[in-house]
Amino acid sequence: MDPVVHLRAAVCVLGRFPALAGIDLDVEAGEVVLLRGPNGAGKTTLLRAVAGLVPVVRGEAVVLGHDLRRDRRKVRRHVALLGHTTGLYDDLTVDENVRFWARAARTTSDPVEAQDRAGVQARIRGVAVGRLSAGQRRRASLAVLLVRDARLWLLDEPHAGLDAPGRDLLDDLVRSAAAQGTTVLLASHELERATPLVDREVVVVGGHAEAEATVDVA
Amino acid sequence: MWRDALLVAGKDLRIERRSRVALNQVAPFAVLILVLFAFALDPDRGDVLVQAASGLFWVAVLLSSLLAVQRSAALEAADGVADAQRLSGLDPAGIFLGKAAAVAVQLAVLEVILGVGVVLLYNVHLSGIGTLVITAVAATIGLAAAGTLYGVLAAGLRVRETLLPLLLLPVVAPVLIAATRASESALTGLASAVAPADWLRLLAVFAVIYVAFGVAAYGSLMEES
Repeated sequence: MDPVVHLRAAVCVLGRFPALAGIDLDVEAGEVVLLRGPNGAGKTTLLRAVAGLVPVVRGEAVVLGHDLRRDRRKVRRHVALLGHTTGLYDDLTVDENVRFWARAARTTSDPVEAQDRAGVQARIRGVAVGRLSAGQRRRASLAVLLVRDARLWLLDEPHAGLDAPGRDLLDDLVRSAAAQGTTVLLASHELERATPLVDREVVVVGGHAEAEATVDVA
Repeated sequence: MWRDALLVAGKDLRIERRSRVALNQVAPFAVLILVLFAFALDPDRGDVLVQAASGLFWVAVLLSSLLAVQRSAALEAADGVADAQRLSGLDPAGIFLGKAAAVAVQLAVLEVILGVGVVLLYNVHLSGIGTLVITAVAATIGLAAAGTLYGVLAAGLRVRETLLPLLLLPVVAPVLIAATRASESALTGLASAVAPADWLRLLAVFAVIYVAFGVAAYGSLMEES
C-alpha cells in the first residue's frame, strides 16, 4: 500500500529562503507522526506543503495519491489543517461557521455532532466567534476539523490555547481518529503531551528530517 | 460553481446583515459625498447641481464601492480564513461569483439610497426609471466584478487599504463615464445629445469582460494572495 505522505528531497521556498531543503518523509495510513524540532526548523512549512498550501518546487511530493508538483489543489479537499490561526469568520457564530465549512467541503458529517465531539458548549454555539476566548475559538476550529471528515489531519501546535480538559479531549480525538484509520501529522513543542499520542517521531532541523525514532508505547 | 456561489454570497450577506458595515458606514459615507458636493457646487448658482447630478451620483457610488470591496476582501484575509478557503474545496469561480454578487447587492441598496438623496438634495426630476434601472444593473455588475477581482489581488499585501483605490479607480473609470452618460437625461430630466444605448452597451461589455475574467482568474489570484 502506498504511503499517505511520500516526500523525497522535497524543497519549498518561502520568498528566497528554502524553508524545506530536501526533506524525506513517508507516513503510512493510520500512523500518528510527531514532527519536532526548534523554532524555524520548517515544521509548519512541512504541514502546509503537505496540505497543498505551499508549492513544492523540487523533489517528489505525493499525498493521498495526489502529486503535489503536478496539482497541489486536488489534495486539499481531503486534508484538515489545525494551525495557529482559527480559519473562522469573526462575525458568524460558531454554529454558522461549522455549517458553512461543512457545506463548503460537501461533507455528510453532522455539524452538531462535530461541535459535541469538540466540546463546544451549547451556550456559545450561537455566539459570534469574534466574542469568544482563544480557547473557545480553538474548540470551534476543532469542530470544523472534525466536520470535514478528512483522511489526513495536520495539527500544528494543537494543544496551544486549550485548557486541561480541552487538551485531554484533543488527545482522545487524535487517538480515536487514528484508530479509525485517519493519518495524523502533528507538530509540537509540548513533547510530554504529544509523545504518548504518536507512533513515531521525526526531528526536523534546518528544513531537513534529521532523524526518526519509533516511540515505545507502553 | 453556482452552488458555491450561492453559499459564499449567503455567507457574505449574513455577515453584512450582522455587522451592518454597509448600512452604518458605507451608506452614510456615500450620502456625505452628495452633501459635500451640494455645498461645494452651491445650489443657489442656477442648475449646476442638476446638470452634474448624474456624474456626482456615480462618483459617490464609485467611492463608496471602494469601501464595500475592501470590506469584502478583508473578510477573507482574517485569521487564516484564506487558507481555510483554499482547503475547503470551494470552486474559486464560485467564490468569485458569490463575493461579487454580495457586493452587487450592497451596491444596489446603496444606489437606491443615493438615488433618493439626489432627488431630495439636488432637486432633480427623474424622467426615465427604466433607463436608470438598466444602467444601474449593468454598472453595478461591472463595479462588483472588477472590485472583487482587484480586492483579492491586493488582499495579500500589507498596503492593501491604500493600494486598492490606486488599482481599482483607473480600471473602473469607463464605468463612471458610461454610467454618467447613460443615465444623464433619465436622472436629470434634461435633454442629452448622446443616446443612452451606446453607453449601456459599453457598460454591458465591461461587465461581461470582468465577470468572465474573474471566473477564469480568481483561482490563480487566490493562490498569489
